Amino acid sequence: MHRIEREDAPEFTFEFEGEPLTAREGDTVAAALLANNHRSLRTTAVTGEPRGPFCMMGVCFECLVEIDGVANRQACMTEAQSGMKVRRQLGANDLGKGPSFDDDEGASS
Amino acid sequence: MSTTYDAIVVGGGLVGSAIAYGLQRKGLSTVILDEGDIAFRAARGNFGLVWVQSKGTDFPPYAQWTWKSAESWAELNAEILDITGDDIGYSRPGGGELCITEKELESRREKMLRLQSHAPHFKFEMLDHKAMRDLIPDIGPEVVGGCYSPADGHANPLYLLRGLHQSLQAKGGALENGGKVTAINRQGGTFSVSTAKAKYQSAKLVLAAGLGTKDLATMIGMNVPIRPQRGQILVTERLKPFLSLPLSKVRQTSEGSVQLGDSQEEVGFDEGTTSSVMNRIAHRAATMFPHLKHARIVRAWGALRVMSPDGYPVYVQSEDHLGAFAAVCHSGVTLAAAHALHLAGSIADGTLPDELAPMSAQRFTNA
Repeated sequence: MHRIEREDAPEFTFEFEGEPLTAREGDTVAAALLANNHRSLRTTAVTGEPRGPFCMMGVCFECLVEIDGVANRQACMTEAQSGMKVRRQLGANDLGKGPSFDDDEGASS
Repeated sequence: MSTTYDAIVVGGGLVGSAIAYGLQRKGLSTVILDEGDIAFRAARGNFGLVWVQSKGTDFPPYAQWTWKSAESWAELNAEILDITGDDIGYSRPGGGELCITEKELESRREKMLRLQSHAPHFKFEMLDHKAMRDLIPDIGPEVVGGCYSPADGHANPLYLLRGLHQSLQAKGGALENGGKVTAINRQGGTFSVSTAKAKYQSAKLVLAAGLGTKDLATMIGMNVPIRPQRGQILVTERLKPFLSLPLSKVRQTSEGSVQLGDSQEEVGFDEGTTSSVMNRIAHRAATMFPHLKHARIVRAWGALRVMSPDGYPVYVQSEDHLGAFAAVCHSGVTLAAAHALHLAGSIADGTLPDELAPMSAQRFTNA
């Protein structure tokens, strides 16, 4: 995906799934991830299918990610910050009860 | 210009839609006249329980009617699935009530025994904390125990409503969202019902318009005394399944959202939400399930229950106008099967089931 160059916006680094990525000031988390060619940000709560940003304006809830340990954040409504740690939202939030973010199966049913 | 049907049902919520589907199913051409989104729409705001425990504890006819509906729910569910191909999220894993104090637990036990005294088929178990934890592992330490009944279940109320509408239409019935009914007249054996847009005629008329029924009923000389009672509901983000059976105040949907609710407020026609009630609902939920403290609430709403003076349903057959009926209640999900599969058949035959006689509006004037 091609980004509109905004040379005046300073660059900074954040993490996605442990990998350092570059964003520009003012990017939402969803925009920054798309600019880095990450299109699949979560798996669904019911069937475990992959999903990614769709509406980019806060209504479709397809871009949910875990940000700094908080699950189910809307990537398109959250401004990326330097040092932010972002992970895929795999299935439904288990409220910290299980090892959901270490297994790659996502949720079933 | 008017359109003629065998039956007109005023009200496109759960009660009206279940009856209309049942009438069409019995071969009567049926139209639902739905007021539209200006109505209070209890059917769009409810919790989704198919609930037996605590219903009619002190009023056997209601307990029996509820039981009959719960026992018929699988059949209704199968019919909707067969006709529409849609799963409406129905299951009957039993249901529970969690108690936070010994006093609540004792009061629950007494209530269940009272229900069982006139409904011997009703089974329940009182569980202490440990037994309840075996059933629902995530309960908090303050839960002293509770009640479990295998009779209870739940469904997605919005899918149920859509399923009834689609089933009615698939069998040839009609759903008109034409606005408020402005006049009802009767000439000979025919009712004429007018909306702002059109006029309809039929030999049978069922008023099932929730809180709107009171005014509609007076148009043909019937008395249906009902009032609004507000309930507020909170919904969490989708969570990993942790609750395998519905509870009276907490229910996890098949998609993972958790509904929290059950306030009962006398605030007239105010559908709003209040932070004090939402706070109380959230606090109680977090006491029952401590991990819910970390769940985020994504929606909240208030909706108005349709309540009679004693809280039980009201079924009326007009004495002056043969063929005119009214049906209102606040348990549109639980009673959907009884309305579709039993009540509608009797109305099609021109009468109310004998078992509903104790639930006529007469009980309010005789008192």
